[in-house]
Amino acid sequence: MNLMHLSLLEQTMLVLSALALFLSFALLAQARLTTMVHLFAWQGGLLALLTAVVATVGGAHHLYISALLTLSLKALLIPWMLHRLIRRLQLERHQERLERQALVMMSGAALVIFSYWVVLPVARLELADTRNVVSLSLGIIQLGMLLMVVRRQAVAQVIGFMSMENGLFLAAVAATQGMPLVVELGIAFDVLVAAVLFGVFFFHIRESIDSLDVDLLTRLSEAEQEKLASEAEGDA
Amino acid sequence: MNELYLILALPAIGAVVLGLVRNLRMASWINLGVSAATFVVSVMLALRVLEQGPMHSDKLLVDPFNIYLLVLTSFIGLTTAIFSRPYMEHVCHTGQCSPQRMRLYHSMFQAFMFTMLLALSTNNLGILWVAVEGATLATVLLVSLYRTPEAIEAAWKYFILCGVGIAQALFGTVLLYFAAQHVVPNAEDGLNWLVLYQHAGELSPTVMGLAFVFLLVGYGTKVGLVPLHQWLPDAHSEGPTPMSAVLSGLLLNVALYAVVRIKMLTDGALATSGHPHMAGYLLMGFGLTSFLVAGLFLHRQRDIKRLFSYSSIEHMGLATFGFGIGGPLGTFAALLHMLVHSITKSSIFITVGHASHIAGTQAIDHIRGLIRTQPSVGWGLLFGVAAIAGFPPFGVFTSEFLLLSATIQSWPWLTVSLLTGLVIALAGLFRHLHPMVYGAVPEGQTAVKVNMIPVAIHLLLVLWIGLAIPAFLANWLDQAVQLITGEGLL
Repeated sequence: MNLMHLSLLEQTMLVLSALALFLSFALLAQARLTTMVHLFAWQGGLLALLTAVVATVGGAHHLYISALLTLSLKALLIPWMLHRLIRRLQLERHQERLERQALVMMSGAALVIFSYWVVLPVARLELADTRNVVSLSLGIIQLGMLLMVVRRQAVAQVIGFMSMENGLFLAAVAATQGMPLVVELGIAFDVLVAAVLFGVFFFHIRESIDSLDVDLLTRLSEAEQEKLASEAEGDA
Repeated sequence: MNELYLILALPAIGAVVLGLVRNLRMASWINLGVSAATFVVSVMLALRVLEQGPMHSDKLLVDPFNIYLLVLTSFIGLTTAIFSRPYMEHVCHTGQCSPQRMRLYHSMFQAFMFTMLLALSTNNLGILWVAVEGATLATVLLVSLYRTPEAIEAAWKYFILCGVGIAQALFGTVLLYFAAQHVVPNAEDGLNWLVLYQHAGELSPTVMGLAFVFLLVGYGTKVGLVPLHQWLPDAHSEGPTPMSAVLSGLLLNVALYAVVRIKMLTDGALATSGHPHMAGYLLMGFGLTSFLVAGLFLHRQRDIKRLFSYSSIEHMGLATFGFGIGGPLGTFAALLHMLVHSITKSSIFITVGHASHIAGTQAIDHIRGLIRTQPSVGWGLLFGVAAIAGFPPFGVFTSEFLLLSATIQSWPWLTVSLLTGLVIALAGLFRHLHPMVYGAVPEGQTAVKVNMIPVAIHLLLVLWIGLAIPAFLANWLDQAVQLITGEGLL
């Protein structure tokens, strides 16, 4: 693919999606929850802008609606909800200790390369000019998953989950100029309900284990079950 | 089509109404009434489809494959609602659950039914995704209904794992839509099942192969395929028992339904490529692994509901394996297996709910002597487990026998692992079952108020299917087989 052959708007699209990927890396490295929420909001804003650009490039007018939807939902409403939750949970000053920072970043980079490799056969088909963005979006999805794996803090995991959704949305916009409107509305509804439920869960988890460190949720693992059972036998 | 709209409208309205009703007794009756109405309408719809053949509109679709699942879903919804009335009343009396949460329970029960029926009847792959994700959202608060630390942990795990899993399915859906847009005349229809089937042969094999992997991982998480099954035993064991019955009997089926539909598309697209059977091989691999691993896990369970949720994984693995083998016989066996497993497993969960009320715990070590304390529950559990373990003359035997025949036909060497797995699972179930049913009765154990009618109905149905599959049912399944594989068995 020769970048110079792309129109200015298409180049803008690539830049915007690359920036979104960069923000995923920034999320991975950020220890403070409030800053993470800000970064997540910026990612949502970028996506909204990108959707508007795609709408202009492809002349797909229904995409303006989903751009507006993304802006209000992912850049404003959900970050605001997360902010409020962080305040109510008194986690504004919470700073997580990030372990093996270098290793995490390197595996992040490896995952992005992996995404390029996975999408390579599709890219070779030359069905669309924007196939590059599909690998970027898969990268964002993978980084979201990595974030969920390495963090122990429930709020951080949820931000990882939501940024994964961002990656999915990017894939839909870039590869197919958005899903049909009814599907997109359904997905937006699901994401919103999920965000509300996550909020409810933060309080439940804190009530139950007095912390939001999800690594402490280990009662149900098979190994732990065995241990509890043998302890019970020991008592008897 | 009117019946179909009614089927979807009933639980949706029920969910809203039940969210507003404060009186607990009334709410449980309304729940029962709505479920019964849904079941009656679904039977009417089924009769209509039998007479007039498949129906479809832009949004909805009924064909032989999903109509049998629609009837099954509304049937199990009904019997579970019958069981849930006295059961949840008992839960309320013991103070595990406040009236406010009971309102949530009833409302979300119907919301869950709505998402299941929508997922089955929609003509749109995207809406299917929205509905399956909606099912997670509706049930996640029910898993944590009792608010014990274990329940919260199970619900969080369920939420995160299924959320991440299902996100993969959305990526697969996007890829599929991408492939479809280049071949379908009207790009907006690129997620429409019927349009996709017409153009299956033209879809790009490269993109479809990739899409199938993502979709299989996504919906496979919901089916509970090993190694994506981690959420399943937790969610089943910590949630209220009626929830376990519908999760096991319905949600897993609906997820497998999605996988099979996508396999039909992928097979069409890959037919001329270098790996025409890729989808089938993947399903066989995942299915066989789930079947064997879950069978081994049965042996080390300490919690009765965990035990039977591993058994669900095992049976869903078997059905997945059957669809993977493909061909008329394998597909017929798998469809039958989905049917009999749902009916049997939900009856077992109902019995298990009563048994744990009798013993006051879910720990297998403390559930003893059920037959002496309350014969109906004890015998119910014994017959249920005999049925699920595949003893003749129950229906599970028939489907497993057909599945074995299909394996011998096309993959003789795999018969060994199947038989070994069946024996391992049988041993795993019975070593726990025997003391629970026959063991010495602990002091002070008394009978509780139970309603065994749903269990009796379910077990009689499975027995009927096992002794002689009714002609209309065989015909029905055969039509579904024709739809999936292109040729009928009968």
